[in-house]
Amino acid sequence: MGNLFKIAVRNLWRYKRRTLLTASLITMGVIFVLVFISVSGSFKNMMVGQITDSMLGHVQVHRQGYVASIDNLPLNLNIKGQGFRQLEALLKQQPEVAAYSPRLKFGGLFSTFVETTNIRLNGIYPEQEFKTVPLLPGRVSQGKRTLERGEIYLPDLLHKGMGAKVGDTVVIVATNQDGSVNGKQFKVAGVLESATGPGGRDGYVHIEDAMEILRLEELEVSEVAIRLKDFDQLHPFTAKMERLVKSIGGPKSPVRYEVHSWEKLSPFFNIAKMINLLTFFIKLMLIAIVLISIMNVMIMAVYERIREIGTIAAIGTLPGKILSMFVLEGFCLGVLGTVVGNLVGGIILYIVNLSRISFEFGQQKGLILFVQFNPRDLIVISLIVILVSVLASLQPAFKASRMEPIQALRHV
Amino acid sequence: MALIEANELNKVYEAGEIKVTALKGLTFEIEPASFVSFVGPSGSGKTTLLNLIGCLDKPTSGLLKVAGMDIARFNRKEGAIFRGKNLGFIFQDFNLIPVLSVYENIEYPLMMVQNVPAAERAQRVSVLLEAIGMSEQGQKFPDQISGGQKQRVAVARALVTNPRLVLADEPTANLDSQTAYRIIDLMKRMRDQFQTTFIFSTHDQKIVGEAEVIYTLEDGELQGREAGKGGIHG
Repeated sequence: MGNLFKIAVRNLWRYKRRTLLTASLITMGVIFVLVFISVSGSFKNMMVGQITDSMLGHVQVHRQGYVASIDNLPLNLNIKGQGFRQLEALLKQQPEVAAYSPRLKFGGLFSTFVETTNIRLNGIYPEQEFKTVPLLPGRVSQGKRTLERGEIYLPDLLHKGMGAKVGDTVVIVATNQDGSVNGKQFKVAGVLESATGPGGRDGYVHIEDAMEILRLEELEVSEVAIRLKDFDQLHPFTAKMERLVKSIGGPKSPVRYEVHSWEKLSPFFNIAKMINLLTFFIKLMLIAIVLISIMNVMIMAVYERIREIGTIAAIGTLPGKILSMFVLEGFCLGVLGTVVGNLVGGIILYIVNLSRISFEFGQQKGLILFVQFNPRDLIVISLIVILVSVLASLQPAFKASRMEPIQALRHV
Repeated sequence: MALIEANELNKVYEAGEIKVTALKGLTFEIEPASFVSFVGPSGSGKTTLLNLIGCLDKPTSGLLKVAGMDIARFNRKEGAIFRGKNLGFIFQDFNLIPVLSVYENIEYPLMMVQNVPAAERAQRVSVLLEAIGMSEQGQKFPDQISGGQKQRVAVARALVTNPRLVLADEPTANLDSQTAYRIIDLMKRMRDQFQTTFIFSTHDQKIVGEAEVIYTLEDGELQGREAGKGGIHG
């Protein structure tokens, strides 16, 4: 095999310019794909991070049917006390869980005593919520980053639209499950920027304040947001939880629970899928570049060396060895393009990181793009290029190996 | 036992409806360790016959046995294996592999065809480099040596596997007279040393003069067999 490699490399070096041109083409393809995948992947991961770490959490558990009517924030689909306690006990046993946060969500009226509008409120235990969505405190643009009982985080939209400022007293009025109305005064503790863009009417209050407004004697929660220790465990954990929640309340319980990963809860997942689709097409382009360039070079190589093929075949070289010689040439070209492409691509990504490129996402400004070099991408791209190089060489190599020595020797 | 036996050997080329008879009813035998020349004008069938003996082509009819094997029965792979074990080729245009050095060109059949161990390869190549007087040029590449040197390398490459038969198609056609004689002398020495049979297809009177047996071909037919002046077997 070593001798076949030696001959393949020397034959490539024999046509230096052509080899370098082809290798450069593959190199550029690899660089382009590597940089695109790394930058778009990192951008996507940062966006997903923004959404999950400042708002959704990685996974959420709801009572069955809640998500389908989530816009109505139905109180009758809350997870009741015993169900929540069982769910909490279940979550405490899961090693994958880094933190979880129960939320009691409801709609209400927000009044500054001058104007009134509607608001969506999240009753939370601040400490648990900040552990589950650690970027939430960062969204507090004005005010303090702690939330006590009797305080409210106001969405930026209402702060601007209603003129409510930090320290102001406001009133929240809500209808409870019985249909009766209750109100409570709050002090504005801070103003929250929206995570995904202008708009957003979500405010935060302490969960015990929410219970008070809704006149709940026992804790009920609309959802439980979960943060995982390892984001890569998202799908296995979601599947595992889907199995586990069936045991809550026993097999005869009429109450069922649903588990949703962030992907099912955020429209950004469609954008993430589009980025994946783009990545797929970019990889297809790379395959086309490698396939065409290697095949072109190998067809030329076979055509130019017909007499040589005839000579080695006449000497007694077996067809399989002739095939290997040409396939190895394609393989070496692919490896050369891949190695150089990966090196140059890595340098470009390093420079991108040094440049500290900033961007905006929703209301989030000055986010620094930190491009991560995923070794799996590197391996996948390298394997694609090398595999396609070998495949592209196969047809010309096969042709060479099937050549009749007598006809090849007559070739002028 | 004859190394080559031909009996009523025919070769017809077909191109559409046109049929060209290249060899007609050839019957002959060639003994081991002989120095044989096939002569005749262009188109007489010399190269066709060498191609058949070299298992590069198959007869249309008749029998051709080389080293006791009916070459018409070989498939592509069997033909390659047989050639690698038993035959050596010397081409008019030398046909050295340009990316391999002189040493590696000679080593090629041992390395890529016969899978001979490295130590034995080195020993056999060195003996032949010495025999062709090119021990100092082993690391040179084909484009760095003269035509005569290239043909000496081609002879060494043909002999390195100790074949029973070496086929040489116009081996001196591209060489000057002095170099041609040196090559012929080399081949005769090799024949004496390794008991190899040499068969030439040639116009070159220098080779014809050195052959032990001369077959004359004309229009694909064997016109005669005579003993050459180099002959002890003739």
